[in-house]
Amino acid sequence: MSKELIRLSHLVMEFDGERILDDINLYINDHEFLTLLGPSGCGKTTTLRIIGGFLTPTSGDVLFDGSRMNDVPPYKRQINTVFQRYALFPHLDVFDNIAFGLRISKLPKDEINRRVTEMLEIVSLKGYETRKVTSLSGGQQQRVAIARALVNQPKVLLLDEPLGALDLRLRKDMQNELKRIQQAMGITFIYVTHDQEEALAMSDTVVVMDKGRIQQIGRPEDIYNEPKNAFVADFIGESNILDGIMLEDRLVKFFGRAFACVDTGFAKNEPVDVVIRPEDIDIVEPQLGHLTGTVTSVTFKGLNYDIIVDFKGFKWLIQTTDYHPVDATIGIRLNPEDIHVMKKSEYSGQFGDYSSYSAEYDELTEDTDDAEE
Amino acid sequence: MKRLNRIYTIIIFLFLYLPMVVLIVASFNTGKDITDFEGFTFHRYIELFQDDKLLPLLGNSLEIALLSSLIATIMGTAAAIGIHRMRPRLRSAILTVTNIPMTNPDIVTGVSLSLLFVFIGALLRNNTILGFWTLLIAHVTFNLPYVILSVMPKLTQMDPALHEAALDLGCTPFQAFRKVTIHEIMPGIVSGAIMAFTMSLDDFVISYFVYGPSYVTLPVEIYNYTKKPLQPKIYALFTLLFAMILIMMVLMNFFQAKAEKKRNLQHAVRKV
Amino acid sequence: MQKNKPKVPPVRTGGSFFLTAPYLVWMVIFILIPLGVVVFYALTDPATGLFSLDNLGKVFTGAFPKVFGRSIWYALLAALICLVIGYPVAYYIAHRKPAVQRFLYMLVMLPMCMSFLLRTLAWVGLLRDTGIINQFLGLFGIGPLPLIRTTGAVILGMVYNYLPYMILPLYSIILKIDPLLIEAAEDLGCNSRHVFTKVVLPLSLPGILSGLTMVFVPAVSTFYISQKLGSTGTTMIGDVVESQFKSANNPNLGAALSLVLMIMIFICVGLMNRFVGKDHREDVVV
Repeated sequence: MSKELIRLSHLVMEFDGERILDDINLYINDHEFLTLLGPSGCGKTTTLRIIGGFLTPTSGDVLFDGSRMNDVPPYKRQINTVFQRYALFPHLDVFDNIAFGLRISKLPKDEINRRVTEMLEIVSLKGYETRKVTSLSGGQQQRVAIARALVNQPKVLLLDEPLGALDLRLRKDMQNELKRIQQAMGITFIYVTHDQEEALAMSDTVVVMDKGRIQQIGRPEDIYNEPKNAFVADFIGESNILDGIMLEDRLVKFFGRAFACVDTGFAKNEPVDVVIRPEDIDIVEPQLGHLTGTVTSVTFKGLNYDIIVDFKGFKWLIQTTDYHPVDATIGIRLNPEDIHVMKKSEYSGQFGDYSSYSAEYDELTEDTDDAEE
Repeated sequence: MKRLNRIYTIIIFLFLYLPMVVLIVASFNTGKDITDFEGFTFHRYIELFQDDKLLPLLGNSLEIALLSSLIATIMGTAAAIGIHRMRPRLRSAILTVTNIPMTNPDIVTGVSLSLLFVFIGALLRNNTILGFWTLLIAHVTFNLPYVILSVMPKLTQMDPALHEAALDLGCTPFQAFRKVTIHEIMPGIVSGAIMAFTMSLDDFVISYFVYGPSYVTLPVEIYNYTKKPLQPKIYALFTLLFAMILIMMVLMNFFQAKAEKKRNLQHAVRKV
Repeated sequence: MQKNKPKVPPVRTGGSFFLTAPYLVWMVIFILIPLGVVVFYALTDPATGLFSLDNLGKVFTGAFPKVFGRSIWYALLAALICLVIGYPVAYYIAHRKPAVQRFLYMLVMLPMCMSFLLRTLAWVGLLRDTGIINQFLGLFGIGPLPLIRTTGAVILGMVYNYLPYMILPLYSIILKIDPLLIEAAEDLGCNSRHVFTKVVLPLSLPGILSGLTMVFVPAVSTFYISQKLGSTGTTMIGDVVESQFKSANNPNLGAALSLVLMIMIFICVGLMNRFVGKDHREDVVV
């Protein structure tokens, strides 16, 4: 990829005796679409605000093009932000909102007109110039916010959960739109979200955060296929996570049985976490299965059924397109590439058990995430 | 039940307005006393306008009210913004002190300021310290909490991201205030200023303790009048002030209603 | 929700001290120091200028304790009467159309802006033996009744003067009560009396508290009202303080009286908050 633009080095943020960011190290390349992903309170917004210049880190450095930026105030940074609830100026109309930054930097009038008009076209809001921003819909306000930031031609655009307030349909449209704008304008986007689907769909690089620490950095595919620990495995998609023993390279034992896998580099007989994605599991006749279990609940999800299967008291989530009734006994087969082995971490044992699974689970967690500001 | 409550409310309003009606009627009365209505006259008003003392005092009152509310509005708005950005503990400590003139009875505020001025006067060996400046200081002091307490809620309601957005778009903190924040908190500033102005214009108790013979405000002079046999031109003055304030309030009411209509209209558009 | 809320560090706060500094200086010089001066005068002998507890001692002897007691009693009575007669009015206003509400609100505000001296004087004209009310009653062969120079007249004067201070906070708090809550209560089987006692009244408590304070504090410290409407038997503490400064010329005793008055009000308001519930006063915009 292209050259490095921003570097965060040993960033620590403390507030009221609490460590909000703990040794964050990260570099961001020019033209990259990078997403900070994590649950509420993980430090992703704080990281973004430090880059934007709204917060000063307790220790560590923010480097921009190689020079230290810690104490440079926001209005002197070549960075613009799209705020969570847009933060449009209610006393100005659409045109004046977008022209705001250009007027502050005292550009000539005709250049302002030209650039704002151009921007309005890019975000498909031509003809809305004199509308009051309070009279716009959520999606339109969103576009004004993006236009207002981009019209200043920043090197980096920061986006703080910009789609959080939109409904699902609009959110999907705006995801494509944002990706299109980013590619068209060729600038760096740093995007904060708690929505893993959004992160996977849009980003070049995903940074998964929790408890003020970076858990994993990688391409979306890597994050999904090769989660580093139980937290990442659980936060990105659904995962069944089991205790296992790494017998030797490419051989892991769980449920009292050895399975072939593709992972190497563990110590002999090292305890590990084993991740099995619900959509990777093949359901077969009981007598053909590696394991047999009993279906305890079935939920129709549209594309597939989510079924919970009890294996010797441990409940797995399996996604299947075939219907299996409750109390049916089924067998499963696991191919070596469906088994992903991870080192034990502080998160081991906290995730990946579907004993208390309920269909509303996802929506509940999303609600609490919204509390983050 | 509803009907009963309406009748009841009307009775209470009659109770509130009866004494004022008595005063207004008295201003058109040829009789010397409030209680005997003899005949209709404008004579009291002519007397009032020929009086070379009362009207200048009204001027004094307006002068003090305007100046003190202006100073309090500027100082109070700046303070509110500063307080708003402070750490919660410091903020609540300052707000507690801000509340003192609101919760302390006026007479105590008046007495304490008067003692301070006397004390300073003694230090300066100057016994004519009481007058314009002491009145102005006292009025600014009791106006400040009104301004701060009406600007603070507007600051809390304001989306903090608006200020950040302005900085983000290249404003210095002062530009951000001038171009964004002030528009958001304007209603609070205006209502604080109006409240301060009316409180100041009508204040008697505190002024009474800090005025000096060199500078007297209207309410203080009215008090001195009410101690002697009353001159009916006071009623005429009351009636004029009543009319002035009524007109002012009706106008404010009208503009408020207009602003609200506009807001509702926008709201409706947004819903569609 | 609460425990999930992440701690948000504050934004850079440069300049906030600079903005507040003038006000802080002003507050210290003209609010805090004057209170110190009151204490200083209260503890100084008027003749010798030396430290003395005599002034404070005087406050607790002679006629003063009785005057204090009377002031508290009258003010409390006035505050409660204001609450009882003000609540239905506030309730009525809060349940009108917005335009009507604004108009009625203005009508309540207006008397607050007019000279309270003259309005009190008008009551003299109404109440005195040859006054308007007695003239009116005379038409029916009643009276003249002794209306003025009574305890009742003083309390009437207070209720009249401070009623708007009760109605306004009550109105703003009643306005905030979500009508859905009342519907919910009705839905859960409350009759209209229960809706009032179980839902509306408890939710109005902050307004009630703020109204009681806003009437009690000026009422307990008032002067002039009892001078005009009362007799020597209804002298209030405000009158006594005023006379120490304006006629008896004993500012030290006046300061001691003010100091005790201030502490007393502090205790009374504290007790009231305790009695009615938590301190909600900040909820109500005056």
